[in-house]
Amino acid sequence: MSANSTLTESLQRAASELLSDLNVAVVIGYGRDGESPFSHPEFVRKPEDVERLVFDDRCFGNLAVYLSKDAIRRMGKIGIVVKGCDLRAVNVLLREHVVKRENIVLIGVPCTGQGDPLPHKCSVCEQRNPQGCDIVVGDPVEQPQINAEQKYSDAANIDAKSIEERWEFWSGQLSKCIRCYACRNVCPLCYCKRCIIEKTIPQWIETSAHLRGNIAWNVARAFHLTGRCVGCGECERACPMDIPLSAINQKMAQLMDEWFDFHSGLSSDEKAPFTTFSLDDSDTGIL
Amino acid sequence: MSQKTNNSTDTSEWQPRIVAFLCNWCSYAGADLAGMSRLAYPAAIKIVRLPCSGRVDPMFVIKSFEQGADLVLVSGCHPGDCHYTSGNYHARRKLLAFRELITFLGIDPRRFKISWVSAAEGAKWSSLVKEITAEVKALGPFETYSKILTGEPGR
Repeated sequence: MSANSTLTESLQRAASELLSDLNVAVVIGYGRDGESPFSHPEFVRKPEDVERLVFDDRCFGNLAVYLSKDAIRRMGKIGIVVKGCDLRAVNVLLREHVVKRENIVLIGVPCTGQGDPLPHKCSVCEQRNPQGCDIVVGDPVEQPQINAEQKYSDAANIDAKSIEERWEFWSGQLSKCIRCYACRNVCPLCYCKRCIIEKTIPQWIETSAHLRGNIAWNVARAFHLTGRCVGCGECERACPMDIPLSAINQKMAQLMDEWFDFHSGLSSDEKAPFTTFSLDDSDTGIL
Repeated sequence: MSQKTNNSTDTSEWQPRIVAFLCNWCSYAGADLAGMSRLAYPAAIKIVRLPCSGRVDPMFVIKSFEQGADLVLVSGCHPGDCHYTSGNYHARRKLLAFRELITFLGIDPRRFKISWVSAAEGAKWSSLVKEITAEVKALGPFETYSKILTGEPGR
């Protein structure tokens, strides 16, 4: 499918307006480059450059990752193009006080999914129409009803295995990891200036790419994102070794859903499960 | 006493390695009380004293397994008794979620125990350690993890 021309036009108009009248220093959106299989991130700083912006069905990236980058923040007020999944990440950044609401302008785009065939996260997306944006371009799209079974099907497939089969599966998958940390770098919520992997006194995680360190790294990554991950699936898309990281994130999201009825990133004033507690939390499995 | 002598001198039998992270105010004092009350418990357990069960980072558990632990125990104050008011409540959520995560990854959840032991529960501590030691002895060495300890670079 080619670029969605009406959506692209209204997006360009909105961006031009922001850049010329509203004190926005940069608009982060997607740009198209010939026959590239995906639309790359595009940073537009002048109104006359807005024609570089597009929105089509190959806008995979989660642009919220740029909001925490110092080089971008220094530019001034940021306009950012967000799909529903990206908006959830922005909400977490707002909730964690990484960005200030007054420093960003959210340009929401309705999205029916990226890529063909649709990735799992798009086929079970419940945020096709982003809520709470400053500007919404294009018309709202139809939002199908999704049940929990569909949402957590990847995790359920692995949950169906015995403990030995799971170990067999994950030790095979995780031993492929080359520790490039693409999963971390592409994640909008992995914004720590100094990641645990770079800390050496003490060194919690071995840095060479063998299974022992790989397990430690992937456990740490998954646990640091528990109750925060919005399921944008960028980690898995970026992984050069095709490790099914989304299944792990999905499992933890399912837990947060079942235990605390919590869905990360649906609003910017929610409280993350691990920053609070309830006296009625389960004691199951505690001796 | 004869039982204790058996435990420490019989080297032919495999002895598990248990790492226990205890909070300073309840569980460590409970273990202390067990000692003062002359309640014997297996020497397989190695105690690490922490200020609070809320201090336990999941990396402690992973690191223990990496270093050859066959079982990891985290023990803190009963809910409502935390010296810092709420550390154990935070720990409860986090550690139960962590157990689900390692279970999902195929790491046997029977190797990771959580318990509440108060400063008055010396007897509970002693019987708890006996119980988990017997359990881990029945499970045997944690070979799924110790196999990767041999330096074999995965597959």
